[in-house]
Amino acid sequence: MIYIFDNSLEGLLTAVFEWFERKPPSKVAIVPKNNYQPNAFTKSFEVLTDSAKANRVWKGLAQRLGRPGIRKIYCCYLSERLEVYQDIFDFCIYIFQHQAGTEKNYGNAPVLSLTQTARKVEREKHRMEAFIRFQKTADGMFYCGIDPDFNVIPLLINHFKNRYANQQWVIYDIKRHYGIFYNLQTVAEIKLDNTINLLKKTNQHLLDEQENLYANLWKDYFNRTNIVARKNTKLHTQQVPKRYWKYLTEKL
Amino acid sequence: MAERLREKLNILADAAKYDVSCSSSGSDRKNTKGGLGNGHQSGICHTYTEDGRCVSLLKILLTNHCIFDCAYCVSRRSNDIERAAFTVDEVVELTMNFYRRNYIEGLFLSSGIFKNADFTMERLLRVVKKLRLEENYNGYIHLKTIPGASDELITAAGLYADRMSINLEMPTETGLKLLAPEKSHQDVIKPLAFVKNQIIQFKEEKKLIKSVPKFVPAGQSTQMVVGATAETDKEIMYTAANFYKNFSLKRVYYSGYIPISNDSRMPILGTQPPLLRENRLYQTDWLMRFYGFDVRELLNDGNPHLDTDIDPKLSWALRNMQNFPVDINTADYQMILRVPGIGVGSAQKIVQARKFGKLYIHQLKKIGIAYNRAKHFISCADSPYQLKDYQSHQIKDFILAESQSKYLKTPPNQLLLF
Ligand code: SF4
Repeated sequence: MIYIFDNSLEGLLTAVFEWFERKPPSKVAIVPKNNYQPNAFTKSFEVLTDSAKANRVWKGLAQRLGRPGIRKIYCCYLSERLEVYQDIFDFCIYIFQHQAGTEKNYGNAPVLSLTQTARKVEREKHRMEAFIRFQKTADGMFYCGIDPDFNVIPLLINHFKNRYANQQWVIYDIKRHYGIFYNLQTVAEIKLDNTINLLKKTNQHLLDEQENLYANLWKDYFNRTNIVARKNTKLHTQQVPKRYWKYLTEKL
Repeated sequence: MAERLREKLNILADAAKYDVSCSSSGSDRKNTKGGLGNGHQSGICHTYTEDGRCVSLLKILLTNHCIFDCAYCVSRRSNDIERAAFTVDEVVELTMNFYRRNYIEGLFLSSGIFKNADFTMERLLRVVKKLRLEENYNGYIHLKTIPGASDELITAAGLYADRMSINLEMPTETGLKLLAPEKSHQDVIKPLAFVKNQIIQFKEEKKLIKSVPKFVPAGQSTQMVVGATAETDKEIMYTAANFYKNFSLKRVYYSGYIPISNDSRMPILGTQPPLLRENRLYQTDWLMRFYGFDVRELLNDGNPHLDTDIDPKLSWALRNMQNFPVDINTADYQMILRVPGIGVGSAQKIVQARKFGKLYIHQLKKIGIAYNRAKHFISCADSPYQLKDYQSHQIKDFILAESQSKYLKTPPNQLLLF
């Protein structure tokens, strides 16, 4: 049996609801619509996303798992990995069918796999908090483009809003073509036109006149704080994987 | 103007880098309305130097002028180097502009001692006050306590700093006297104890009156230079354990001595810094803080030095084979934690998971333990039956042979912390 859903988290949660309504006897494979290829031998069922149903499932999960538990599910969803939808689906069913505490059964495959995927997403979120380098633009805005492996922008909002409360900033995902903009009051989702979809702004007249000074001071600082006698390249590339170097002012 | 600022930064960052602490953890300082910055409980490393150290803070000296002449320090007065001093405003501007660009978690401000202790401390205090009170800055501040500064100045500084530190420098009084005759451990102990008591007092008062401000919320730390003088690992770690206990320190840092002069009392220029030794000391420190080991189990008169070829946890296990094998499915958490190849995270997962049924080898592997190492010390649901008991040295050989390919290919100065 195949359940087809619309790619959204709500759709996925609705699918869990539908499963409990129907309790199909055989194992259910869950497939996002854009990946579905009809197949003559397996029956399929199209899940119609329904926020009321999704909400009931979400509340039920929250009750059983608490905040850390549902955050784990949300992180896994944001990983956008194909296999993760099945893991989330199986995990939810497993949780509702067992007594409290069962989410800690790391001997169970979906439990462990969700935990590990969520950890990867949290790690990338943490890396973004570390490696984002804002450039100050001529109009006083702090800008940074990113292209993370996972869709972590929703996880970044709180951190940046709390910390950079008195400056306007934009964090833009150039891979997924959307970003967030903080206007000193609230954070809103934005879409920029394609011509300015950049990790860094290179056009000098778009930048604040002191931007270069501080970028250079930072590079100087980075080089000076290094102790040559202790050089350890292996450890270094493990801590700052090469794919993030392009973000880093000090590495440019 | 900009050029002079760059020169100063070069000089004063260079002089500050031997202080290895760069931690920005432990502060839960919140941003204020319309302010900039906050603390992050576990800290954030914004980048790493090529020697693999975390860069979290803008670590600089206010000045490298110094009236003292400590042999192990580049800023000592007899050293013929370029001197510079930041103004208060320069430090504030640098901090704010770096912070706004998400380069750093905050400022680590230290200083050579010019004129006298109070004069120096007062300048440091001016910087942090300006950041907190005028710039509404709530990011992390690590401030050096200047030995000999007055209690009033130290208390005032503690109201604005997240962490304060003061370095022991040499692990023993004898070592210190040899290299810095003008100094004594007592200069360090007094302010450490004072700040510790203030922390306790402010906490007590805060329980009663909510408006009492935070005082050094991320606690105190210290640093010891390793390998400049002839202390044993035992002496170093006993001092560390002692300071953790008596002054509730958050961290003790161990800094392998990097030769900076041809002073005959210390290793000569060009000597490799003792990075492996430093690494083993940090491992021992972790075992004390997170794995429930008492320092006397790891180092004692029989074993005054840590092994170089294997880590201290494995050494301890091999010396204490009577405690093994540990049954993964029944042993208590503390004992599982002591198994070589099992870390804190895996140990916690194991005790949670086994409530749901006996654990098997494949599950342990998936949970993430280093099975090839751990297998010599554990039994689980499907452990193979062992015909003979291996001796410690045989197990050591197995483990070394196995890790040979992985670790020993890297040159000895290219180490991983764990
Ligand atoms: S007092 Fe501090 S700065 Fe001055 S020489 Fe000694 S260690 Fe260096």
